[in-house]
Amino acid sequence: MESAIIIEKSIFIFTIFAITMLAAMYSTWAERKVAAWLQDRIGPNRAGPLGLLQPLADGMKLFSKEEFLPNTPNKFLFVVGPAISMSVALMTSAVIPWGDKLVIGGHEVILQATDIDVSILYVFGVLSVGVYGIMIGGWASNNKFSLMSAMRASSQMISYEVAMGLSLIALLMMSGTLSLKEISEQQAGMNWNVFYQPLGFIIFLVCSFAETNRTPFDLAECEAELIGGYHTEYSSMRMGFYLFAEYASMFISSTILSVLYFGGYNYPGMGWAIEHWGVNAGNLIGVAVLFIKICAFIFFFMWVRWTIPRFRYDQLMRLGWQGLIPLAIANIVITGLVMVRHELAAALGF
Amino acid sequence: MSVQTMSLSGRKKEVSNKKMSFWESLYLVAIVKGLWITIGHLFTRKVTVKYPEEVRTRSAVWRGQHMLKRDEQGRENCTACGLCALSCPAEAITMTAAERKPDEKHLYREEKYASVYEINMLRCIFCGLCEEACPKDAIYLTESKVLVPASYEREDFIFGKDKLVMPLEMALANSKNKN
Repeated sequence: MESAIIIEKSIFIFTIFAITMLAAMYSTWAERKVAAWLQDRIGPNRAGPLGLLQPLADGMKLFSKEEFLPNTPNKFLFVVGPAISMSVALMTSAVIPWGDKLVIGGHEVILQATDIDVSILYVFGVLSVGVYGIMIGGWASNNKFSLMSAMRASSQMISYEVAMGLSLIALLMMSGTLSLKEISEQQAGMNWNVFYQPLGFIIFLVCSFAETNRTPFDLAECEAELIGGYHTEYSSMRMGFYLFAEYASMFISSTILSVLYFGGYNYPGMGWAIEHWGVNAGNLIGVAVLFIKICAFIFFFMWVRWTIPRFRYDQLMRLGWQGLIPLAIANIVITGLVMVRHELAAALGF
Repeated sequence: MSVQTMSLSGRKKEVSNKKMSFWESLYLVAIVKGLWITIGHLFTRKVTVKYPEEVRTRSAVWRGQHMLKRDEQGRENCTACGLCALSCPAEAITMTAAERKPDEKHLYREEKYASVYEINMLRCIFCGLCEEACPKDAIYLTESKVLVPASYEREDFIFGKDKLVMPLEMALANSKNKN
């Protein structure tokens, strides 16, 4: 029994790992295609049909580049930086509920690597470690531009994490649980959290742009001021890891957004589908629905990138501290008042 | 009218430094407006021509690559008079004249012919002045849509008689069409 669980979980983890990598890989392709379409161009179409082999060609190019090591005393940290970024981006996928459950040979398989009851805390904890990847990489590069970029990235991520956490508290007050699986289950049908927490959703969305270092908050990679940002000194696959980690974390962010606010694997008529087509078919459609939601969010990330220019640094900080954090606190207060409205009315004597 | 208020395009806008309201400073409305504009571009027709697969339609007076003509009996028209080289503004054409041997009467129409005739395709500007200058209707610019192919060697762009002279079959086919 024990070994059966280990085998089941390892198969599942490997699948999730492969899917995350594949999604990150094809996000690079999708980014170039979306960029092209939004700018009235066609985009990559030479490598394979529709340019679908472009990520492979890019990867091959990165692998064949020279591994450059700057003259730095922190050679170990220089190598560790991209590794931290990458593993952090992949680690979050462990607690995501990708679907409800499958029944294979009378045995129930939960479509989640681990169902820990504090999965949101885990996600936040891991995401915060992502700062280290950038900070260490920028520091070890022994280059003032890299260092400045790393400082920017980390201060930006830390300040937006506050607003992100606050916007989430309102959601947690409603759901009463920290488990992503239970939050998903509570949103059955069209009972999605985004309809109850629209303001919280917007704040969370803006913050996830900042957390993943995407435009309009990609000040860490501001070419005009900071050359290439924290990965100026990186080349070859180490550079590829940083770029890849950005896309992987975009995928994970989209997943978390869909799970927390857009019902996760739930879709209208899920109960009917499970009743008529069986548990497996109904839940596999749920997995597909989750992936459609994720793709929609990834498209939205790209759509925004090719719409708005980069914020100025002071605008970014003002938006974070003076805009989003007060809004998030107001959101908590409003949610709390709505939740206790009956008790409040009784206490006030209505 | 003073310089400060003058506007040549009529679209001059006064820069305003007014303080933004709280909602404006969140930029949400402005961003949604921008997103609406960009999503419209997703559905516009792309103007790109996928070149090797589709070739753009060329003008009716398109001047393609050169050809040295043969007459109906398959003899070369060119007499190496050098007027084309003289008229060429890019100085792309060079030739060497030679005298026709008695046993070469089926090859060249007149007693003098070009033993070497070269056009440097890197210099040629496809103006067609050589065609206008030619008194023997020997050189002309075809309607061929084939462009001069890329190459790593400069020598490959100097087209000699092997590439320029009209193929014999084409000359015979032309004469057949005429009769």
